Amino acid sequence: MQGNNRDKPKFNIKSITSHGGFKSLGAALMAIFLGLVVGFIIMLVASPGNAMAGFRFVLLGGMRRLGDVLYFATPILMTGLAVGFAFKMGLFNIGASGQYTMGMFFALYVAFMWDLPGSTHWIVAILAGFLGGMIWGFIPGIFKALLNVNEVITSIMFNYIGMYLVDMWIQKNGVMYNSSMTRTRYIDSGVQIPALGIAGSNVNLGIILAIIIAIILYIVLEKTTFGYELKATGHNKHAAEYAGMQGKRNIILTMVIAGGMAGLGGAFAILAPSAIAGSSMTYEPINIIAVNGFTGIAVALLGNAHPLGTILSATFISYIQRGGTLTSLVGFKPEIIDIVVAVIIYFSAFAMIMNTAIAGFIKARLGKQENKPILETGEGPVEEAEPQDEEEVEKEAE
Amino acid sequence: MENYIVEMLNITKEFPGIIANDNITLKLKKGEIHALLGENGAGKSTLMSVLFGLYQAEKGEIRKNGEKVTINNPNDANALGIGMVHQHFKLVEVFTVLENIILGVEPVKKGFLEMEESKEKIMELSEQYGLKISPDSLIEDISVGMQQRVEILKMLYRDNEILIFDEPTAVLTPQEIKELLQIMKDLAEEGKSILFITHKLNEIMEVADRCTVLRKGKYIGTVDIGSTSKEELSRMMVGRDISFSVEKETSKPGEVILSIKNMTVASKTHKNNAVKDVSFDVRAGEIVCLAGIDGNGQSEFVYGLTGLEKLVSGSISLKGKDISKASIRERSASGMSHIPEDRHKHGLVLDYKLEENLILQRYWQPKFQKNHFIRFNEMRNYAEDLIERFDIRSSQGPTTIARSMSGGNQQKAIIAREIDKKHELLVAVQPTRGLDVGAIEYIHSQLIESRDAGKAVLLISLELDEVMNVSDRILVIYEGEIVGELDPKETSTQELGLYMAGAKRNTEKETEHAGE
Repeated sequence: MQGNNRDKPKFNIKSITSHGGFKSLGAALMAIFLGLVVGFIIMLVASPGNAMAGFRFVLLGGMRRLGDVLYFATPILMTGLAVGFAFKMGLFNIGASGQYTMGMFFALYVAFMWDLPGSTHWIVAILAGFLGGMIWGFIPGIFKALLNVNEVITSIMFNYIGMYLVDMWIQKNGVMYNSSMTRTRYIDSGVQIPALGIAGSNVNLGIILAIIIAIILYIVLEKTTFGYELKATGHNKHAAEYAGMQGKRNIILTMVIAGGMAGLGGAFAILAPSAIAGSSMTYEPINIIAVNGFTGIAVALLGNAHPLGTILSATFISYIQRGGTLTSLVGFKPEIIDIVVAVIIYFSAFAMIMNTAIAGFIKARLGKQENKPILETGEGPVEEAEPQDEEEVEKEAE
Repeated sequence: MENYIVEMLNITKEFPGIIANDNITLKLKKGEIHALLGENGAGKSTLMSVLFGLYQAEKGEIRKNGEKVTINNPNDANALGIGMVHQHFKLVEVFTVLENIILGVEPVKKGFLEMEESKEKIMELSEQYGLKISPDSLIEDISVGMQQRVEILKMLYRDNEILIFDEPTAVLTPQEIKELLQIMKDLAEEGKSILFITHKLNEIMEVADRCTVLRKGKYIGTVDIGSTSKEELSRMMVGRDISFSVEKETSKPGEVILSIKNMTVASKTHKNNAVKDVSFDVRAGEIVCLAGIDGNGQSEFVYGLTGLEKLVSGSISLKGKDISKASIRERSASGMSHIPEDRHKHGLVLDYKLEENLILQRYWQPKFQKNHFIRFNEMRNYAEDLIERFDIRSSQGPTTIARSMSGGNQQKAIIAREIDKKHELLVAVQPTRGLDVGAIEYIHSQLIESRDAGKAVLLISLELDEVMNVSDRILVIYEGEIVGELDPKETSTQELGLYMAGAKRNTEKETEHAGE
């Protein structure tokens, strides 16, 4: 999954177990497993009789609604990318919610207020969403780059500023806002993103676009000089400065791209087609911060901030969320799944520790002759550093 | 029978694919200073980790006062009176000296901390051994030398009688080193037994009674310091003769490459300027050394020169072109190479692969990128070429993660990158810090080769030997000012020392500052 380790062609199981991607996938699976176990225990405590049935829904419920799984995965994939991309540079973009909301508003504005031919209208609306998110990422980026204001603080503030602004703008706009329904009016079907035609589901072209964008981000990160600079800055900003990289420009650019991703998420969500003819997605301006932004943090963490990993983690979280809503059939509140997701995230924060544990376990199984040092020194690479150190200096002395 | 306090007999410790300690025997007498000498990676630290209970040996036994003991963890070691000062201190920055010393053995009365008695005991100890400390200062506020004293007091407070010092002088200034060596002598006189891990021969000659030498994980021998020489020890350590005097021809200075005029750089730690009105030239084909005791503005000078920090005033020109306001990238592109002082902070992205680190200064050049896409094949070929030419050793070649390489090879990678880059001026800041004699010899030869190739070399160094041997011209910096220009052929270490300590100066400003 990590993809940046160009392994030797020769098949070697040890090189696979020590491979970064293997470790992060292992850690993610471990986190998921522990999260599910804790979730099951909570269900058992809440309602022992229905726990098994409820848990079956959590595990398998999503299977019945695969179209919806992809549909709901689309916005959180985008916000996941927004958080993960910034994270690669060492920035914690907690403002995905605000960027998402702003992107959604821009898309809505174009949808209602601009008169464009049907074939291009939805595309322009999506691009507007992209722009809206970028603006909302740009501001914390500027503060960070020029004034060294912590991006966590500004982006949290901008979650609120963005949400209140959008709610205010919508309520003031009679074309967009239906005050008797307290939500936005239906969007014309010509501005909705084309559906993929899976019956009973709103899944649409958005998921395809989102996956393509994730792949593009992967290429940017791994193959381009910008990605090289960005990751170098994330790993060691002093070395990046020493190498003459333009840290300030890169901070702003990263936040703009990250914001754009979240903005696209908002556009994809609001422009999604409705399965019910003559209706559409609507936005209710009731002063609540978009939850998809925060779910994006979970998605990015579980996906190890890797764009391709984020595709998998967004799909997974969407999957168990769909299953979770079905638990209400046996009397559970669907919030149970939020607890499971929270526990998964909690455990994936220990990802590095579990990496070492799992890789160590597998290595121990593969090579009994290997003697593990008594003192673990933490992260994988560091753990191995000492013996390797010794080894190569040995060679050097020869 | 001799009176050995600790004996490590036939110790063998293996790591996957390597024998770190192969049948090593080390016997420590009571009240002696016993040096453990070896190159980086010779197995010194592993052996001490076995003694301190961090690793278990596969073969061999440890005896204390003649009786066999097992040491499974540092607590066991502590119980046996073995204490260790690690190379990187294990102190809580935001705790006071006193709190750090009692940490882990806190005296309690009815569940409450009772620190007064401990304080008295610590003050007694500090008096007894001449370890001046102020018990209520925070660790983050005291100097590195002070922090080391705290580590020593920690061992003494626990009544340890066997003291392990793991490369204790690597982080100290020359003055602090002198004090530490005296403290070690005093401790030995009081009956403490000291194991002194180092690869600095001068220090061994000065304080140690005996020395055990390891090479490539093998036991080479134990010698009495009284009956050996530096040359003998280095031959045992490296396995060949090492020349301490650097071989070089007289320099043939050419045109002026670097010209610094009235450069002033602000300090980050205090309000005064760290570099004050410094002017000098460096010509092609000469090595100019900026010598001084650590903290006299050298770091700030380099930051100002390389563009990491803005100048308050003054100008820098490189090959006649003014670069005072140029960005780091522009300076680098116009011919300045920089081997940074801190290879982990500035020199490398430790989590990047070796090949990625080797293009850190050049990834943007057309050779390594096309339309902003990195040319991975070029990068790999280039890395393989540099690895071959500069003999950079690592476990997985170009794809080795820089973090897992040894210090010497990390430094070689940086030197390879900076020397191979097209340059007119090479700024080398403490390029041999923390390296063993073999690596030092190599780096010095690279600097001289660069000079002989007609480059201007500016060396910033704290090591007197390096200053005297490598440079063609010495500039002494004291409190941010150049206080003297010396010819290494005509000056002595003593005289240089006087300049570095600020006791002597030979610039025209002498009279002006004399009254201060």
